[in-house]
Amino acid sequence: MGRFNGAFEREKFMTLKTTLKATTAAVLFLSGTAAFADSHATHPVTGETLATDQTFTYRDLDESPSIDPGKAEDAAGGDILRDLFEGLMAQDGDGNIVPGVATGYEVSDDKLTYTFTLRDNAKWSNGEPVVAGDFEYAWKRAASPELASPYSWYIELMSIENASAVIAGEMEPSELGVTATDDKTLVVKLTQPLPYFPQMVVHYTTFPVPRATIEEFGDDWTKPGNMVSNGAYILTEHVPQEKLVRERNVNYWDNENTIIEKTTSLVINDENVALTRFLAGELDRTEVPSGQFPALAAEYPDDIMSVPNACSYYYTVNMTDTGNPALQDANVRQALSMAVDRDVIVENVLAGGQKPAYTFTHWATAGFETPDIPMASMTQAERNAKAVEMMEAAGYNKDNPLSVDLIYNTSDAHKGIAIAISQMWKQTLGVETQLSNEEWQVFLETRGNQDYQVARAGWCADYNEASTFLDLMQSESGYNDAKYNNPEVDALLAHAKTADNPQADYTAVEQFIAQDTPIIPIYHYSADKMLRGTVKGWAYDNFQQNWYSKDLYRVVGE
Amino acid sequence: MFSFVARRLAVAIPTLLILVVLSFILMYAAPGGPFNSERPLPPEVLANIEAKYGLDQPFWKRIYDYIVGVVLHFDFGPSFKFKDRSVNDIIAQGFPVTLTYGSIAFLVAIVVGVSLGVAAAVKQNSWLDYLAVGISIGAQVLPNFVMAPILLLTFTLWLGWLPGGGWNGGQWEHLVMPVIALSTSYMASIARITRSSMLEVLNTNFIRTAQAKGLSMRRVIWKHAMKPAMLPVLSYLGPAFVGMITGSVVIDSFFSTGGIGTFFVNSAFTRDYSVMMGITILVGSLTILFNLLVDVLYAWIDPKIRY
Repeated sequence: MGRFNGAFEREKFMTLKTTLKATTAAVLFLSGTAAFADSHATHPVTGETLATDQTFTYRDLDESPSIDPGKAEDAAGGDILRDLFEGLMAQDGDGNIVPGVATGYEVSDDKLTYTFTLRDNAKWSNGEPVVAGDFEYAWKRAASPELASPYSWYIELMSIENASAVIAGEMEPSELGVTATDDKTLVVKLTQPLPYFPQMVVHYTTFPVPRATIEEFGDDWTKPGNMVSNGAYILTEHVPQEKLVRERNVNYWDNENTIIEKTTSLVINDENVALTRFLAGELDRTEVPSGQFPALAAEYPDDIMSVPNACSYYYTVNMTDTGNPALQDANVRQALSMAVDRDVIVENVLAGGQKPAYTFTHWATAGFETPDIPMASMTQAERNAKAVEMMEAAGYNKDNPLSVDLIYNTSDAHKGIAIAISQMWKQTLGVETQLSNEEWQVFLETRGNQDYQVARAGWCADYNEASTFLDLMQSESGYNDAKYNNPEVDALLAHAKTADNPQADYTAVEQFIAQDTPIIPIYHYSADKMLRGTVKGWAYDNFQQNWYSKDLYRVVGE
Repeated sequence: MFSFVARRLAVAIPTLLILVVLSFILMYAAPGGPFNSERPLPPEVLANIEAKYGLDQPFWKRIYDYIVGVVLHFDFGPSFKFKDRSVNDIIAQGFPVTLTYGSIAFLVAIVVGVSLGVAAAVKQNSWLDYLAVGISIGAQVLPNFVMAPILLLTFTLWLGWLPGGGWNGGQWEHLVMPVIALSTSYMASIARITRSSMLEVLNTNFIRTAQAKGLSMRRVIWKHAMKPAMLPVLSYLGPAFVGMITGSVVIDSFFSTGGIGTFFVNSAFTRDYSVMMGITILVGSLTILFNLLVDVLYAWIDPKIRY
């Protein structure tokens, strides 16, 4: 899923252009001096001693559906594409935007026109210059019905003029609001002001693609040997379901500052196999299997990391007539939520860096202050007492217990949580829970058609701003599986779109969620990974974990 | 014999057609689709994709177009999930991998399995017999999904002798663990079948006659007993071979070989209709082909069998 940092404080926004110029100057200065330190004996900035072996190997869960920027649709594909290609803008390790192919941009007074200026020295891996027309071609291609990209909606999300009509086939792709006025200038026209627009052009759907190569090879253009790219790396080997290798691109404009020579992603379906191979030294990075964080952290403290990950785990409650009639009572829903001991889930079941969730919005979301939800400040004993009270008010107690069905998509991790929660409900409220699991595709249909009572759900931020979560509570949202319909929430969310500071709206929406309980927030995700301690430069503070191989380097181990 | 083969091949065509139609129906009857995800696509985006992959056509038209494409152009269509590749690409890349380690595992399973079985039968109730039976039972109760992690821990983590996965164009280091993990349970079955069939043959009159003529044991076994004893083994080997070269999803996903097995099973989960159909047809054709081959071998081994 596409993610971009959306929260863009106004002041920062206004001064961005000057910042970018300064950064560019710094970068140019560095590339001038780096030529002397070509042996890579020490890092040009930190002075650390670099290892002779500058390779980075990491695990991917599955083969990515596509590595064509126009058609790519998953996060793992994004990791690959950020190495192979470079967009107008990029991100640094903290998630701030930095110049990419563009050195900067100007915004018109009405905030509807962005003019990007491209650098002179950006080149494709075949030596041809990267021109503004490459971006124009790429964006029009991504939106075209002919390509039928599953990510064409991203162009729409960017609010580019005529995007919807082009995707719907009502207009020609040539009418999309993006134009290269000359080789170094790209003009983008928007339909509405979008403060976080510059953050959106770090996403792979907006990367330039080489027209001549695509026209020569068709769908085969993404194969090694055919692919021409403009990023710090080029594709040298790709065996689907086995591995993908990218090596340094000598034509990249900032090649002098690239340290990692070769990055390899290996497809390893099983996380325990991947962990074994990490421990055998074959991988530099892999996921920590659920529940193993404490043991691994104790044994390998230098090789493990845990950072917030922009996703929330929750249960959605069917509020319609097709669900359990008892669940139409807000007291019952809230009692179920209160009886969930989130600390036990987080500390004993998951045992990673996750945090208990009392709000839907992830605590680490930029610009979001977690509001005071009454339940959050109670002890679990107080919550349980309150839950029993509310359940009794609804007419249920241990002698006359409520019975609910809970479904989750097949996975050991979801099963463990579901069992724990059903036990909590049973012990505190006497609720009888029927657990069942469904295979993913079946599960999506069941949940999407409100053919359930309580269902497991998870949501990951598309961009780093609270509305990426809270918009799901909007009554018309296609992802509102609870069918929560509260006009006040709708009004608050609509107001937040144009408010200077939407925090008050978000606080109010979270209060409504806690009170009406269309969903039961359970925990906020963390990214728990094994990362070889000798690999430095990781984007720890990038909330979306957008990392670039060109920023990594390997130091000499002890 | 020729007319038999011709007849069997003629029957294979309608069999495959029925397989295609049935799989097609089952596939579309399953809930969900290749473009369903947690975040439903906007309708206009979905419409473009469905038009591109012909999902907006009526069912009969889709199945007709599919069969025409396969029969006339040998084109299995584009993959619905892997948007940069066609089903032909996927099979061309994955099948040689599975074929390579599957064939080697097959040979290993036959050589070791038959040797164990024959040795056990000839020296029935001796320590050799018990050892052989013990090994084959041991191998039988260790299915490949148990073997694989044991091998990985032993050879990769503790001993550090072999790479934990990958294919690397079929380098021998990458072949060892997949071959062992895949062959053991087949080897065990072959050993068991060989042993019991060999025991039966060794008790027949013609073997007793051969022994009475004073022929050496070695000659009796290789010249006279081996061929008839191999008949039951042979009927097992046909489907076993097809299974080994096509269906080892455990091996593929455990050792990241890039073989066809992972694609096959994942295509069912992701509703990648075209990949699923393509590999189903491949497996179906191979099954028919090897069953036929087994029948022909039968006639060659046992002159009593006439077609």
